[in-house]
Amino acid sequence: MEYVSLEGLRLDGRRPKETRRMRCELTALPGSDGSAVFELGNTKVLAAVHGPHECRRPSERLEDRLLVKCEVSMAAFSTGERRRRTKGDRRTNELSTFVRRCIETCVSAELLARSQLDVSIQVLQADGGVRAAAVNAAVLAIVDAGIPMQDTMACCSAGYLDDTPLLDLNYMEEGGGGPEVHVAYMPQMDRVVAIVTENKASVDVFERAHELALDGCRVASKLMRERMIEHAKHLWAMRQVTLRVKDDETGDEAKPISMET
Amino acid sequence: MSAQRSFVKKTKAGRVMKVVREHYLRDDIYVGCELATEEYRGPDQSTWKLSPGASKFIVIDTNVALHQLDLLAHKSIADVVVLSVVLEECRNRSKSSYDRLRSMCQDPTKRFFVFANEHHRDTYIKAEPGESPNDRNDRAIRVAAKFYQRAIPSKRIVLLTNDRGNLLRAKEEGVDALSVRQFAREHAADAPELMDLVAGNDIDDEDVAAAAADDAPSAKRIFAEHLSASQMAAGIKGGTLHQGSLRTGRFSPWEGYVGSDAVGGDIMIVGRTDMNRAMDGDVVAVELLPESEWRRPGTKIAKPGEEHKDDKEDDKEDDKENETVSLAPAVAEDADDGSAVKAKREDGVVPTGRVVGVVKRNWRERGYAACIDLGPGAAGAAAASRLLAVPQDRRLPKIRIQTRQAAALVDQRIVVVIDSWPADSPYPEGHYVKSLGKLGDADAETAAVLLEADVDDRPFAPAVHACVPPLPWSFDERTHLQAQPHREDLRNLRVCSVDPPGCRDIDDALSCRPLDDEGMPGMLELGVHIADVTSFLHPDTAMDDEAKRRGTTTYLVQRRLDMLPKPLTEDICSLRGGVERLTFSVFFRFDAKTGLPVPGVEPRFTKAVIKSAAALTYAEAQTMMDDPNDTSPLANDLRRINACARSLRKRRIDAGALTLASPEVRFEMDKETNQPLDVGMYVTREANQMVEEMMLLANVASAERILRAFPSHALLRRHPTPAPRMFDPLLKACRAAGVDVDVSTSKKLADSLDAAVRPDDQYFNTLLRIVATRCMSQAVYCVSGAHSVNDRVHYGLAAPLYTHFTSPIRRYADVVVHRLLNAALGLERAHASLQDSEALKAVSDNINVRHRNSQMAARASVELHTHIFFRKKAAETEARVIRVRANGLIVFVPKFGIEAPVLFDDEEEEGDKKAVLDEEAMTVTTKAGKTWKVFDACKVCIQIEELAAGRSRLAIKIL
Repeated sequence: MEYVSLEGLRLDGRRPKETRRMRCELTALPGSDGSAVFELGNTKVLAAVHGPHECRRPSERLEDRLLVKCEVSMAAFSTGERRRRTKGDRRTNELSTFVRRCIETCVSAELLARSQLDVSIQVLQADGGVRAAAVNAAVLAIVDAGIPMQDTMACCSAGYLDDTPLLDLNYMEEGGGGPEVHVAYMPQMDRVVAIVTENKASVDVFERAHELALDGCRVASKLMRERMIEHAKHLWAMRQVTLRVKDDETGDEAKPISMET
Repeated sequence: MSAQRSFVKKTKAGRVMKVVREHYLRDDIYVGCELATEEYRGPDQSTWKLSPGASKFIVIDTNVALHQLDLLAHKSIADVVVLSVVLEECRNRSKSSYDRLRSMCQDPTKRFFVFANEHHRDTYIKAEPGESPNDRNDRAIRVAAKFYQRAIPSKRIVLLTNDRGNLLRAKEEGVDALSVRQFAREHAADAPELMDLVAGNDIDDEDVAAAAADDAPSAKRIFAEHLSASQMAAGIKGGTLHQGSLRTGRFSPWEGYVGSDAVGGDIMIVGRTDMNRAMDGDVVAVELLPESEWRRPGTKIAKPGEEHKDDKEDDKEDDKENETVSLAPAVAEDADDGSAVKAKREDGVVPTGRVVGVVKRNWRERGYAACIDLGPGAAGAAAASRLLAVPQDRRLPKIRIQTRQAAALVDQRIVVVIDSWPADSPYPEGHYVKSLGKLGDADAETAAVLLEADVDDRPFAPAVHACVPPLPWSFDERTHLQAQPHREDLRNLRVCSVDPPGCRDIDDALSCRPLDDEGMPGMLELGVHIADVTSFLHPDTAMDDEAKRRGTTTYLVQRRLDMLPKPLTEDICSLRGGVERLTFSVFFRFDAKTGLPVPGVEPRFTKAVIKSAAALTYAEAQTMMDDPNDTSPLANDLRRINACARSLRKRRIDAGALTLASPEVRFEMDKETNQPLDVGMYVTREANQMVEEMMLLANVASAERILRAFPSHALLRRHPTPAPRMFDPLLKACRAAGVDVDVSTSKKLADSLDAAVRPDDQYFNTLLRIVATRCMSQAVYCVSGAHSVNDRVHYGLAAPLYTHFTSPIRRYADVVVHRLLNAALGLERAHASLQDSEALKAVSDNINVRHRNSQMAARASVELHTHIFFRKKAAETEARVIRVRANGLIVFVPKFGIEAPVLFDDEEEEGDKKAVLDEEAMTVTTKAGKTWKVFDACKVCIQIEELAAGRSRLAIKIL
């Protein structure tokens, strides 16, 4: 298998230091306290947040900070082969632990002591980079829920195949057997939250992949921020409209809601 | 922009799944030529590969990329656009074609530009409903060609294709398209050779039509059609067919063996019809014949030139084992006899089968050394344009080629490539590639030897030379000692090297220092100093890639093909006398009384700098040791080392190490004419053994050290314990000779070989050892993690662990071991490739192949020079019978290391009196009543007999 062609393009036509197309949507499920969808190429992950609320089990309650619960499940249709996935297999367990740890570091947990936050992550489509997409979706959902956070944390992966560091591996490239580094990073604080490495990497390969993954995190974080601000503006606009509608309720008839305002 | 590619795939488990992949389309892919407008050429000048001065740019179709590589490789072909769709399809269809095309794309002189049409938004197309992938790709190629016309309107863009449909459609769409032959014809004026390089039949070619008419009588099916891939797969799965790699007899293309587990041994395939166009190394599907048609392997020696005798007739001849003269192989060749014996029944009949299909061809891209057939069957060959080429390798059939330069090629050693073998052709079809020189000329024949053995004799690329430190290189205290605190300054230590005369690449030196002054009376410090090649050869450099590819230095009779560039090989790394050189040294503490290492004291490895006191030859060292009047410190050192070597040797032999013998021949060459003056067996002295023993000691110590540091990825050398049946030839010969040999363990074998002496016959023991050596397989490199502890022993040396550490100038394995040691000692970080068992396995596999090829080339070179030597004069000498056959003997000539068949003089074998062969007793009684027994001595006369097709043969006659 050749992962980087002679003309320097990867299997899907990207150059080594390009991420796939990222898209995100906040408040994807209006019924939850906060929710978001994060897409990384064909990988699509939905995150929903419930809370903060009182701890379900008093015994688990933490006196000094927030208790975070995280659950990841893969949709049966998420991969090419339809498969009934049991909840809590090794892969999803590991993934949920990773996401939970990242969130615990990122949210201002001490401000929400003695309460609980539930994060549910549903992988709708898996095409590589599920871990990164899951973290990013969770971050957006938490922002959507209005929970205080230290920085816009983002996660990105980078690998090393055909003697080239590659940013944001897709499913095919993840199967290449090369080293893969996932980094969760808070760009404005310049703080690395978590690193997971798969397959064996020598130190210099690791360093190069790590640097590249950090760059990927910065890009993702920037995009997420922009999207959040856009969303906030939208909410603000909506609120203005709602307020006016409320004002108008006293009047004779309701005016049609216009998005332009 | 992006698109989705979606297709349905069947998994290995048989499930069908839908695969969807992202496919990004870009607008930043450029056409690679400065003539294009800004929009198309892009800002980066380094990508403007296509020369604006070219007469036209060529866009090639996949079939051209697959089948016309020799034409593309021609120097007149440049400025070619290789589309990514073509590369991709080429890779899926033929790995070797793809590799070759890829290397052409990387060659700066060829100016092959890779255009990623599949990711360009203007040239990417989606398959239309009902369009086959092939048609879609053809269309993509045409679309890309049109795009080029649009992007570079000032140039002629030619689509080169050999697909008739594509050609016609391209013309309809207004693309300038040519078939390969039309193209070659267009260039006939400036490059007439191009016509010869066109492979296979062209679509609109009148020559071929005419030639086909000539061959009309032979147009009938000669061979059965091969089964389709799916039929073969089904048959193999169902157990009716057997799949395996075909090994033909060493000297005939018409008899081969395929190993099969189901049969429990080899299946023999005899005759042209049953071989059904399969050739040596092909992976074939074989069908067993009914048991009544099984046959016995032959016991006769083929007559010279007989291997092609059945070219014109059918295969009515007796099956036979062809054996013609050759140098004695040092070790068993790929279980040549062994496995056939296993499946043999009492009446000598073995399972016999026929080839029904070829799973994978083993045709060499690099071609075969051959010459034009001028035999009786090829009358008027020089005039015709369709000729037969006779490959040098006797395992191959003749190859039909087409050329317009027949007259010029008649006396040349040429290279031909096989393209196809249709069922209605008695010979494979091929084409001429290049000429190596005049037949019989030593240089041309050496080039042929190297081609056959796949040894690279090209000079090093400039990028490789750029990695060599500039000459004159000298040791510098600041950079080598102060900047490298781990390097010891041993310039005051008395060190010397002992090598064969004329050796320029000295990679080992020895030292011996009594430790009496250091409070350790009776102790010695023995040092083995090895050239520190890894200080100059760094991973991920062009030089390292090249050395890794070459794997070893190849020693030919008159030439040395280096693994590393000459300045490193002969100067910077070579531990010459009187100069300061960097070394990787290992020290052992020895007890002077016992001559053995002191138990419990670990060998000490260190980087050092030495100044060798003398570079001695074996003979000089021996003289110094033997001369009682020489009391120089160096002579004393040598004597001490020698005493230790003796004890070590004794200890090793007691442990069961074998003393093996393989015939090694040495030529004395005339310096001016490069002609061999004399030839004889290599003489070994005690000094040789001394050096050998010290090297073994250092190698074993290195093996232990790297295995401790890297339990799963140490590079080791293992010599597998031979399977009992591999000793059958030895046991049989010993039974016949009335000697008792026990092969159950290496110790017992060594002891019984020692005991097998004939007082009246000095050479008998050596002969036995040669036979024994040949029963064993070769030692190979391996990665420790892939083998169990018992599996990585070195049988021949009776060592549980072994590796190569002592010759990093000429072997890449030693370089790897040096790097592992560097990492184990904490001197440098282990490079990524050393921590990856897969990568290490790839390296060890490659050096095994290279090592084997290099030995093959060395042997063929010796054979070649033996012929040159005997061409001048015939010789009479002593020979020994090694095997007996129904119509002759196979004799071994100790003096020249030649093994060759001798036929009995009787021409008319059909007479009532025949030679009688007794296979059990290994005797043969000739018609005249003379009985020959194995190991018998005889006087022979050796001379050269010229054969057809530029071959010569050593003719040996019993006097």
